Amino acid sequence: MNDVVICLFATVGFDKASQGLAGAGRRLADELGGRLHAVVIGSGSDKLASELATFCDTVIVADQPELAEYQPETWLNALVRFCGELSPRSVLLAGDTYSQEIAPRLAYRLGGSAVGDVVEVRIEAGTLLVSRQVYGGKAQAVLELRRSPAVVWLRARSFAPPTPRDEVATITHAIFEIEVDTRTRIVERKREAGGQERLEEARVIVSGGRGIGGPEPFTTELQPLADLLGAQMAASRAACDAGWVPPTWQVGQTGKKVTPELYLAIAITGASQHMAGISEAKTIAAINTDPDAPIFKHCRFGIVEDYRKVVPLLREKLAALQTGANQSPDSAPR
Amino acid sequence: MNILVCLKQILDPEIPARDFRVDTVKREADRGSASLVTNIFCENALETALQLRERTGSARITVLSYGPPSAEDSLRKALAMKADAAALVLNDGNQNPDPFTTARVLAAAIRKIGTFDLIMVGREAGDWGAGQTGGLIAEELGMPCVSFVDRIESNDGQLKLNRQTDTGWEVLEASPPIVVSVTNDEHNLPRIPKVRDVMMSYRQPLTNLSLDDLGIDAHEARAGNSYYQVAELSIPQKETHCEFVTGDTLDQKVGSLAQRIIEVTSAM
Ligand SMILES: Cc1cc2nc3c(=O)[nH]c(=O)nc-3n(C[C@H](O)[C@H](O)[C@H](O)COP(=O)(O)OP(=O)(O)OC[C@H]3O[C@@H](n4cnc5c(N)ncnc54)[C@H](O)[C@@H]3O)c2cc1C
Ligand SMILES: Nc1ncnc2c1ncn2[C@@H]1O[C@H](COP(=O)(O)O)[C@@H](O)[C@H]1O
Repeated sequence: MNDVVICLFATVGFDKASQGLAGAGRRLADELGGRLHAVVIGSGSDKLASELATFCDTVIVADQPELAEYQPETWLNALVRFCGELSPRSVLLAGDTYSQEIAPRLAYRLGGSAVGDVVEVRIEAGTLLVSRQVYGGKAQAVLELRRSPAVVWLRARSFAPPTPRDEVATITHAIFEIEVDTRTRIVERKREAGGQERLEEARVIVSGGRGIGGPEPFTTELQPLADLLGAQMAASRAACDAGWVPPTWQVGQTGKKVTPELYLAIAITGASQHMAGISEAKTIAAINTDPDAPIFKHCRFGIVEDYRKVVPLLREKLAALQTGANQSPDSAPR
Repeated sequence: MNILVCLKQILDPEIPARDFRVDTVKREADRGSASLVTNIFCENALETALQLRERTGSARITVLSYGPPSAEDSLRKALAMKADAAALVLNDGNQNPDPFTTARVLAAAIRKIGTFDLIMVGREAGDWGAGQTGGLIAEELGMPCVSFVDRIESNDGQLKLNRQTDTGWEVLEASPPIVVSVTNDEHNLPRIPKVRDVMMSYRQPLTNLSLDDLGIDAHEARAGNSYYQVAELSIPQKETHCEFVTGDTLDQKVGSLAQRIIEVTSAM
């Protein structure tokens, strides 16, 4: 009853989010004095399972053919089955599309309560409390989950990874009779063209907003700047809704939650819903014509100018500084 | 095809952060001078439904809200956008019901007012942002659920859903009845109703329902939340001092901006 289950999807691997999820799970299980079980679902789970075995008490791999690829109804049935059997106090998931889709339903079927996009989990006098942003990032709430299990999807990169233990858990391959439900079927999976690395893992992000004015400058102005900085491209909701860039680029409350070293916001106001996605960026900088734009309240540095004048010049300056650095005496090849 | 769209009326989420206050004792947002609006994702859902009706030519769209008397405005606006029928379940007690309570009330209302092939909700409400009501309605009604949908087509009673994922898109085939949650996309920006249609909408019938009509234990729905409860609500105080780059010319200013950027990126 004091156990914690973490649910991971094999396709994701042991990325930052999975590490944060494992860390959160380990600490919560320790706080509760219970065991930590990892359930890894989907095919190709061996590597992830062996990573998890160094932090968890048990690792259950569910890679039977019916579960090879995500299908909402069938995976939900499977997780209800696995978690139900362990009767945990809490079930933790990451904040990806699939976790968000099934977590509330998992809670419902297990008789528990769910809450999502959580940045802190703690136990106080036996009750489970979580913190999350509300009102589009303008406020912070602490919620008390009143039913057990507490099914929580995490803003997983907000949690530190676990430290490995001496024991290594055994990995069990579970074969269950799973009810395959075909009322919905994913028949096609398309990755966003351009093959960007995952925005969540990016160390530098160049992001554009409505003030960019159209799709072309994203390609002709911002992309070359991003290339110079080895950066990924992102956007505000306004730019995505306008159809200038794909929806996968959206950062914010209902977009990606990113954690780069540098986030360069170009022609973005800095609405709270946008800031909700970059609250853990290390340095935010902005280019905006309006000195009163809220974005500047969150910036380390910025410039009040038209981006159309700044960006071309900035590329020149950066290129010069970069070649300058490469040719400096101590880095020059002998 | 019979479509139902759930609409939530919320405090305008676009008010600037500096004008936003909370009552830390009641654990609610202060209404202040902010207006009440329909949650944008509900409007994205309604727009998606309207376009589906335009393509199939024969769908009927009902809109449903659970809220205070003012929620009627959201329903009237939906009628002005050309929804066919509207129903309001009056919330006369717990003003901040948790998603479980909300889903139970909405599911009971749905059972009462008709049989639907497609039930649509927004991906999340712009106030509390739970993102759960759709999934919980699906559980209450024993239906499947697909989230983050941005486009729907109908072929001989089968549905084809396009939905956004972290890395791209997916296409799903689904057999109704089904619940979908809708997200924003360039194609489902809500249409602006004509002034004449707004005026007309106030003359259209609207079904009013009470918790008693739905056979919901009003005591339970009016009392505190049994799923989760807000223990604290506060406004985080976080402001950074921004250093605006200086210089007599644009060239100098941009030069110093480049310098700052290099400092950050070379320290990584
Ligand atoms: C429930 C909900 C969820 C939301 N989720 C998100 C989300 O996840 N992500 C998100 O981004 N938004 C989200 N939003 C929308 C958010 O509230 C804002 O509307 C949006 O972020 C505004 O985008 P923007 O800053 O690009 O556009 P605008 O607000 O139009 O700002 C454009 C900016 O560009 C500047 N500018 C204009 N021209 C130039 C120029 N030539 N050079 C330099 N600067 C210039 C202007 O001064 C202005 O500051 C959400 C809203 C709601 C209600
Ligand atoms: N009180 C309500 N009345 C009608 N629909 C609601 C209500 N609360 C939530 N919903 C629906 O559920 C969606 C998600 O809300 P939430 O789960 O609260 O984030 C909303 O976009 C609405 O479509």
